[in-house]
Amino acid sequence: MNILVCVKRVPATGGRMTLTADERDIDTKFLGFVVSPHEECAVEEAVRLTEANGGTSTVLTLGPEAATDQLRDAMAVGIQRAVLLETDGSDWDSVATAAALTAAIRALEATGGPFDLILFGNDSADSGGFQVGIRVATALDRAIVTGAKALEVTGGTATVRREAPGGWEVFEAPLPAVVAVREGINLPRYPSVPGRLRAKKREIERFVPARVPGGPELIRLIVPSESEGSAEILGTGPDAAPRVVAMLREIGAL
Amino acid sequence: MSAIVGLVEHADGAPDRLSLEMLAFAARLGRDLVIPVHAVLVGDGAAAAAASLGGHGVAVAHVIQHPRLDAYAPAAWAAGLMEVIGSVTPVAVFAAGSERGTEVLAHLAARTGLPMAANVIDVPDHAATTSTGRWRIVRQRWAGGLLEEAWLDGLPRLMTVAAHAVAPNEPAVGAARPEIVHLTPALTDNDLRVRVTGRVQSAGDKVSLADARVVVGGGRGIGSAEGFGMLEDLASLLGGAVGVSRVVTSAGWRPHSEQIGQTGVRIAPDLYIACGISGAIQHIVGCKSAKRILAINKDPDAPILRRATYAVIGDVHTVVPAIAAEIRRTS
Ligand SMILES: Cc1cc2nc3c(=O)[nH]c(=O)nc-3n(C[C@H](O)[C@H](O)[C@H](O)COP(=O)(O)OP(=O)(O)OC[C@H]3O[C@@H](n4cnc5c(N)ncnc54)[C@H](O)[C@@H]3O)c2cc1C
Ligand SMILES: Nc1ncnc2c1ncn2[C@@H]1O[C@H](COP(=O)(O)O)[C@@H](O)[C@H]1O
Repeated sequence: MNILVCVKRVPATGGRMTLTADERDIDTKFLGFVVSPHEECAVEEAVRLTEANGGTSTVLTLGPEAATDQLRDAMAVGIQRAVLLETDGSDWDSVATAAALTAAIRALEATGGPFDLILFGNDSADSGGFQVGIRVATALDRAIVTGAKALEVTGGTATVRREAPGGWEVFEAPLPAVVAVREGINLPRYPSVPGRLRAKKREIERFVPARVPGGPELIRLIVPSESEGSAEILGTGPDAAPRVVAMLREIGAL
Repeated sequence: MSAIVGLVEHADGAPDRLSLEMLAFAARLGRDLVIPVHAVLVGDGAAAAAASLGGHGVAVAHVIQHPRLDAYAPAAWAAGLMEVIGSVTPVAVFAAGSERGTEVLAHLAARTGLPMAANVIDVPDHAATTSTGRWRIVRQRWAGGLLEEAWLDGLPRLMTVAAHAVAPNEPAVGAARPEIVHLTPALTDNDLRVRVTGRVQSAGDKVSLADARVVVGGGRGIGSAEGFGMLEDLASLLGGAVGVSRVVTSAGWRPHSEQIGQTGVRIAPDLYIACGISGAIQHIVGCKSAKRILAINKDPDAPILRRATYAVIGDVHTVVPAIAAEIRRTS
């Protein structure tokens, strides 16, 4: 089984977001970078499926040169091949992102044969467009299931479970298929030291993507003005217990 | 005459709350643009749910029926919406920011090639917005941890309305029933390639995290899987549920179903007790609807304290058992 996973490099923001002066980006001077937890799980799922069934695994990203870090993270946990669609680091909208990924997938399939399964995150961590996977699947005329919390592939069919009120809904999709996964579908492994060393030495393939006009068109980012205040300190250490319990009674929690 | 079209999800013959929020959002814009709001409903009970929408500002309800649409099929729903667009030529199509609303609208966006904005919370200059001009929208990024102002172009404009961005309108009394238009779309096999083929009920006898009145949350500060025993004890004394941060699920201490935050559950309890949790934005977006937060943290500068109503500074391993003991002693 040949599997492709699409991931996006995003800043790991902590307790507060700070913007650049032009308000078009998060100030990332002091931040590390990761991919969305959904995509980390997509990577893990691809590794497990190829471990169980054989075949190849490839990771694809559209992003700046520095996104090779995230590609190497994926290779460190077992993805075999990595492809970078290099940008100048500016934010590409969902339409442009999907078009570039689709073109790259077509090119990869033209030389390497079709992917049986293409995995996405359900939504990217930063822009949260909830659409790139569906746009790519539609352009490739493949079945897509989103929100996957369990995935099984048997005899040319992907069976997906997703959460629904009171339980689960089951979807089936004929291969080749596209599946957008959510965190919780698996527990991703940590990379091993030899895995990291191996990934460091691997070649990364590069394509130059074309940017098609799309939208929505970013005007500026806004840090929400949520009420930040200071907490009433009920005490220090276990001696605070009586005041905590008095508070619990007062608000009706007891 | 043009219109705003809204996809209305429903169950047991009644519209979903998030769809009513979306209709309130659409009705406000419709008033400013002086155009009607149309609803689109699919599946069993659609006609009954449609009949109740007059009080929510809906002039026309398109009820989509098809013998092969007995189960939810996202691409087929989008195909149905395409036919409504063909006959109504709306200036915008809205859906709720729900799992299905978002999915169907993304399918519609993919089919038409139009841009789509997910989780919109506002059209700030709606009074000055015209049917044909550019629309300036504000939408959520980072699950609401950051906002984005953007131009949304294309005809129709496609957007989902973020959950709880607006309250549903009280149904207007004596409103006329909407005109009902029945529609049987032409569906291809590809439209029905992906659909719900089964359902599994969950065994849920525990208090559901999303609905719990009290949530006792644990983060890295709990230190181990065993450490959660004291949180379960406190939660059961308070009739609440246990929730956790991502550090805890990544470590395998607790299942992901208990994770609160951007990639986990959103909670809205009366009280959230956050124990050994720093308060990263991705965690906060999952608990900011809590009425009150009690933070128990050894670091007086932890970001969670800026969001908390109450705080105890100290080690969770001594503070939490002391609270449980005090509850038992005084009850
Ligand atoms: C795209 C994305 C999505 C994410 N989604 C989620 C999500 O859904 N949910 C989520 O929770 N996180 C999410 N995260 C991770 C998030 O950014 C934080 O890393 C995480 O929430 C931190 O968990 P924590 O507070 O338990 O750990 P830490 O940040 O390490 O904080 C531990 C806290 O415990 C305190 N502490 C330590 N020991 C004790 C003690 N003995 N007694 C009292 N206090 C103690 C410390 O002072 C500190 O404040 C996401 C991250 C990204 C990038
Ligand atoms: N720049 C990108 N490079 C590779 N994959 C991406 C990129 N942006 C989005 N994706 C994929 O598309 C999914 C959905 O993104 P979005 O539509 O932005 O929520 C993500 O979880 C990724 O799997």
